[in-house]
Amino acid sequence: MSIFLDYLKVFSIGGLICTIAQILINRTKMSSARILVLFLLIGIFLEGVGLFSYIKDFAGAGITVPITGFGSTLIKGAKEGAKIGLLEAVTYGFRNMASGLTAAIFFGFLFALIFKSHSKKA
Amino acid sequence: MKKGKHTYFLNNNVYISSAYSLAGPYESKGAFREYFDTIMEDDEWKCKSHEMTEIEMQRFTIGECLDRASISPNDCDLILGGDLLNQIVPTSFSARDFNTPFMGLYNACATFGEAMAIGSSLVDGDFERIICCTSSHYATAERQYRYPLELGTQPTPESQWTVTGCGAILLSKKETIAPVIKGFTVGEVIDFGLSDANNMGGAMAPATAKTIVRHFLDTGRSPDYYDMIITGDLGRFGRETLHYLCKKEGYDLDNLNDCGSMIYSEKQKAGQGGSGAGCCSLVFTSYIYKNLLKGNLKRVLFVPTGAMLSKDSALQGESIPGIAHAIIIESKV
Amino acid sequence: MEDKEYQEYIHSHAQKSNELLTIVWAFCVGGIICCIGQGITDLYSYLLKDWDEDKIASLTSMTLIFLGGFLTAIGVYDKIGAKAGGGSIVPITGFANSVVSPAMEFNKEGIVLGMMAKMFIIAGPIIVTGTVASVVFGIIYRIIEVAG
Repeated sequence: MSIFLDYLKVFSIGGLICTIAQILINRTKMSSARILVLFLLIGIFLEGVGLFSYIKDFAGAGITVPITGFGSTLIKGAKEGAKIGLLEAVTYGFRNMASGLTAAIFFGFLFALIFKSHSKKA
Repeated sequence: MKKGKHTYFLNNNVYISSAYSLAGPYESKGAFREYFDTIMEDDEWKCKSHEMTEIEMQRFTIGECLDRASISPNDCDLILGGDLLNQIVPTSFSARDFNTPFMGLYNACATFGEAMAIGSSLVDGDFERIICCTSSHYATAERQYRYPLELGTQPTPESQWTVTGCGAILLSKKETIAPVIKGFTVGEVIDFGLSDANNMGGAMAPATAKTIVRHFLDTGRSPDYYDMIITGDLGRFGRETLHYLCKKEGYDLDNLNDCGSMIYSEKQKAGQGGSGAGCCSLVFTSYIYKNLLKGNLKRVLFVPTGAMLSKDSALQGESIPGIAHAIIIESKV
Repeated sequence: MEDKEYQEYIHSHAQKSNELLTIVWAFCVGGIICCIGQGITDLYSYLLKDWDEDKIASLTSMTLIFLGGFLTAIGVYDKIGAKAGGGSIVPITGFANSVVSPAMEFNKEGIVLGMMAKMFIIAGPIIVTGTVASVVFGIIYRIIEVAG
C-alpha cells in the first residue's frame, strides 16, 4: 500500500508541474525551448533556496524527472565544488550535467544516423 | 485598361487553356479527391529529401500541364512561379529541366495570384504562352517556418496545415472554350500589427478585405456579380473575419469561400484548414477550374492571400503583414 | 478600423483551446512519465545495491533520455506531444526529444554541418542557462564558503 501511495505522490507532483507548463503554453504561447529554460530555472531556484530536497523527499521522481531535476543537480554540483576550491565551484555544476548531456548527444547522433524524420499525418 | 485605382481589365481574352493538379496523400482524403489529376501515394515520392520531392512535384506538374495542351516546353515562352522556401528553390530547380525562360516570384501564399496577374498581362501583350505554377509541401514548410518534424509540440487551435500540393496553369492567346482571365485588382501590403504566427488567417484578413473592397469600388460591381468569391488560405477563422470586415465596409459576401477552409474534410485534424502557396493553386486547378470548364461556375473572383513573414522577422518582433490579389475569371461555356 | 481595435477583435474572437482537455492530458502524461522514472530508479536501486543515490539518479536520467530519444526516432514522441503538450515537453524525455528531433531533421544536410552543427538549435538555451547559472551559484557558494 505504501508503494502505491509513493507512486501516487510521484504521479501528482509530476503531473502538477506539467500542468503548470501546459497552462503557460495555453495562455502565453511559449515555445518548448522557453518552457524548458523556465522550468530549469525553477529547479535551480528551488535547489538554491534549499527547498528542492524537501520536495524530492516527498515526491521522488515527480520533481527529478522533469527538467527541474536537471537544474537541481547543477546547483548541487556547484555547492559541492565550492567546498573544495574556486575552480571546482564553477566547473562541478557542468560535471553533474555530464551524464544527461552525454546520453542526449550520443543517442541523438546514433538515432539520427539510423532513423529518418517522418512527415505527419494528423 | 486601368479602371479605378488598382484594377486592370485586359484588352484581349487570356485563356487558361490547360491546368494540372498534383495533390499530396493527406489532401487526397479531403473534400476534392475526385477533382485531383494525380495523387501522390506518399509525401516523399521516392526522393532523398522533402525539398527534392517539392522540386519533382513542380517538374512533374509543369510537364503534365504542357502535355495536356500538347505543347512542348520549347513552344512555351515563360514559366512564372514560386513557392515558400528561402530562395524559391523548388520552382527554380524544376525549371532547369525545361528549355523555357523562367522568372521566379514571391508573394508568400499569394504567389499564384501574382503569377496569374503578371502572366495574363504579358499574354495580353506579346507573349504567346505562359505557365504559372506554385507549390508547397508540409514537411519543407514545417522545417522552414516552424520546428523539426519529430519535435513534440502542440498545435494551437488557430494554426493551419500546410498543403502538400502543386498546381500549374497554361495561359494562352489561342481561342478555346477554356476559362478566361478578364482582369485583376492588385493588392497592397497591409499590416494591422498582428504577430501570432499561428494565426495567419487573422493577419491576412485585413489585406484581403482591402483588396476585395477596392475591387468593388474600382469596378462598380456588387458581390452578387460573381458566382463565387474564393480566397486563398484564410482558414475558417480568417474567412469569418473577412466576412465581418467586408460587412463593416457595406459589402455582404454571401458567396464567399476559402480554398484553405474547403480542402480538408471536417474529420481531418487540420486546425483552421489548409495553407501554403500550393493550397490555392491546387484548389484552383482542380475544383474551380473543372467547374468553370463545365459551366457550373460562370464568374469567379479568385483572391489568393499571403502572409509575409520569415522565422527571423518573427523572432525580431516584427508583426505579420498580409497581401491579396483579386483575379477575375469567367467561364466561356 | 484601427490597429488596436482589430487586434482586440481578433483576440476576443479567436478560437480558444479546450483548456481542460489539454490540462488533463498534460497532467496524466507528465505523471505517467514521472512514475516510469520512479520505477526505473527503484529497479536500479534494487539491482545495484552498492551504487549511491547520485549514480542511480544519473543512470535513471540517461535511461529516460534513451527512451525519449528512441520514441522520437520511431516517430511516436511527436504524436504524444501533440496531445500532451507540457506533459511531454517538461520531463527529461522532452529534453531528449528536443535534441534528437533536430539531429534527425538536419541529417539531410550532412553529418558534420547538418546533424552535428544543428543538434542543439532547440536544446542549446538549456545548456547555456544551466552552465551560466551553475557558474554564478558556484562563485556565490565559494564566497560564502571562504568568508564563513
